[in-house]
Amino acid sequence: MTETLLEVRDLETRFFTPDGVVKAVNGISYTLNKGEIMAIVGESGCGKSVGVMSLIRLIPEPPGKVTGGEAFFMGQDLLKMDKESIRQVRGREIAMIFQDPMTSLNPVLTIGHQISESLKAHMGLDKQEARQRAIELLEMVNIPEAGNRVDDYPHQFSGGMRQRVMIAMALSCMPHILIADEPTTALDVTIQAQIVKLVKRLRDELGMAVIWITHDLGVVAGIAERVAVMYAGSIVEEAQVDDLYERAAHPYTYGLLGSLPRLDLLRDERLTSIDGMPPDLIALPEGCPFAPRCSYAIDRCPREKPPLLPVAPRHKVACWVDLNTGRER
Amino acid sequence: MSQNREEVLVRVADLKKHFPIMRGMIFKRQTGSVRAVDGVSFDIFRGETLGLVGESGCGKSTTGRTILQLYRPTAGAVHFEGVNLAELDGSQLNHMRRRMQMIFQDPYASLDPRMTVGRIVSEPLDIHGVASGKARQERVQELLDLVGLSPYFVNRYPHEFSGGQRQRIGVARALALNPDFIICDEPISALDVSIQAQVVNLLEDLQGRLGLTYLFIAHDLSMVRHISDRMAVMYLGKIVELADRVELYEHPQHPYTQALLSAVPIPHPAADAKRQEIILEGEVPSPAHPPLGCNFNTRCPRVMDICLQSEPEFKDVGGGHCVACWLM
Repeated sequence: MTETLLEVRDLETRFFTPDGVVKAVNGISYTLNKGEIMAIVGESGCGKSVGVMSLIRLIPEPPGKVTGGEAFFMGQDLLKMDKESIRQVRGREIAMIFQDPMTSLNPVLTIGHQISESLKAHMGLDKQEARQRAIELLEMVNIPEAGNRVDDYPHQFSGGMRQRVMIAMALSCMPHILIADEPTTALDVTIQAQIVKLVKRLRDELGMAVIWITHDLGVVAGIAERVAVMYAGSIVEEAQVDDLYERAAHPYTYGLLGSLPRLDLLRDERLTSIDGMPPDLIALPEGCPFAPRCSYAIDRCPREKPPLLPVAPRHKVACWVDLNTGRER
Repeated sequence: MSQNREEVLVRVADLKKHFPIMRGMIFKRQTGSVRAVDGVSFDIFRGETLGLVGESGCGKSTTGRTILQLYRPTAGAVHFEGVNLAELDGSQLNHMRRRMQMIFQDPYASLDPRMTVGRIVSEPLDIHGVASGKARQERVQELLDLVGLSPYFVNRYPHEFSGGQRQRIGVARALALNPDFIICDEPISALDVSIQAQVVNLLEDLQGRLGLTYLFIAHDLSMVRHISDRMAVMYLGKIVELADRVELYEHPQHPYTQALLSAVPIPHPAADAKRQEIILEGEVPSPAHPPLGCNFNTRCPRVMDICLQSEPEFKDVGGGHCVACWLM
């Protein structure tokens, strides 16, 4: 039986800049089930990070502001909580790891100190207990000789090990949701494989749900159960991972998959590239944001933005056109 | 992708680039060296694309820069049409440089923000004094057209362009002097997925039209395999395996190549599930203190006694497939 852990409805985030209002997130809705790994995929600037940062209220305000929507987590609306309550949720119930493990750790504090911090703040452990727990956590993320390494500083760790430390920190309070924002982008492919394996194992052991934010459709295929594809601040397609790769129903998803070479298949033909570039979020087109680049676009597309609607069980698409027929649905 | 296996354009022979590690403020002394490139040898045939892959810090970019003599090699030779570039003096080298160009990784850092597109693209023409006045202007228009940019862009500045367009400007600059050989150093790593394909297609088109030879350096194995004719795999300053792209993927011989290929996720869940992943333990050793013997022996799942003592020779195991491993 699947249990809904997080339900996001019509989330909207804006940045008010001197150049104009940046429409970063434009009404996204999704649910996350207990123990599920969901990926949010998109190119830089599509709003995938801002979308989840908005949930745990990490958007710098001003210039940013969550201007609409609801986000229910265990019966409470995260967007309406006061500062103290959201701080209790953050780190304890919902933890986050970031892209760059080099800059997310404090270089002048030991690894043990940094992991202990949240244990002391959220779990009320004393110094000794926190240190002991920090060693256990480092062992859990496969840091060799954790008992000795706990007193090391971040510069003594390699990139992959730092990302493990970040994961250990995120897991310190046994969160219900782990948000991983491009956690492997800065890492080499062999290290990426280690981290992906680790997160899957920890999910199985601890039963937490994971939101994995990435631009890499290759990694998604190996880790996610469900995928939401974002473009210009909107979710354009959401599906179970197999359906997305087998039966992509949005021209953008379809184009992205075509533009990726596959290591296991040697295709001598050209890659199908998507012409043009993503729209300026200050001056978004009125209709479908992908319409100017879309080869399937019909008259309706530039005028009206398509809603995200089901086309098959557990498969939703925001597109007026049926790719199989090339005509309006 | 056309190939002419007869003619070697670039021959790299036992190339080494070591960077000194200095200690002391007044009396500087060398306490060691970083062996960024530690004896690599390969040929690049005219009209082909040789892919050079490896993880960060393995020396692939340093290899590219040392080939172009942007870094002077510590030892070894780079023969370009038979001329050893390592022995040339400054002015002779300048003359040769017209024929070899480079496209850089970061299109945000590799273009001067205070120069117009026209000046960026025409700078090589000015430096080498090949064209001036109207001819120069026409050449710039022609180059912009060649890389798919509007000739009206000549008076604009780099900040007005997106990453993909900037990379096109970088390509136009590299093509200005009609080079034979271009080193593409991670040309698409900084670009978004939907833009990467545009740039790769452009590079392939230009190769077909102008008969260019590429050394394509990248860490994205899928993309390198797509664009290359042959691929070389680097680890800790050395090439461990070099083969035709089909052969390398279907019959990888070196344990590092096998692990590297197995770690690449495939953008298709069913195909990805079939992937037999070999997860390497540990980390890449420091190039300042590479291990004795084979430099992969600290992480190799099939390490033997001999690997700890002496270094395997990089040798042809048949049909141009070269491997440096004692298992061979």
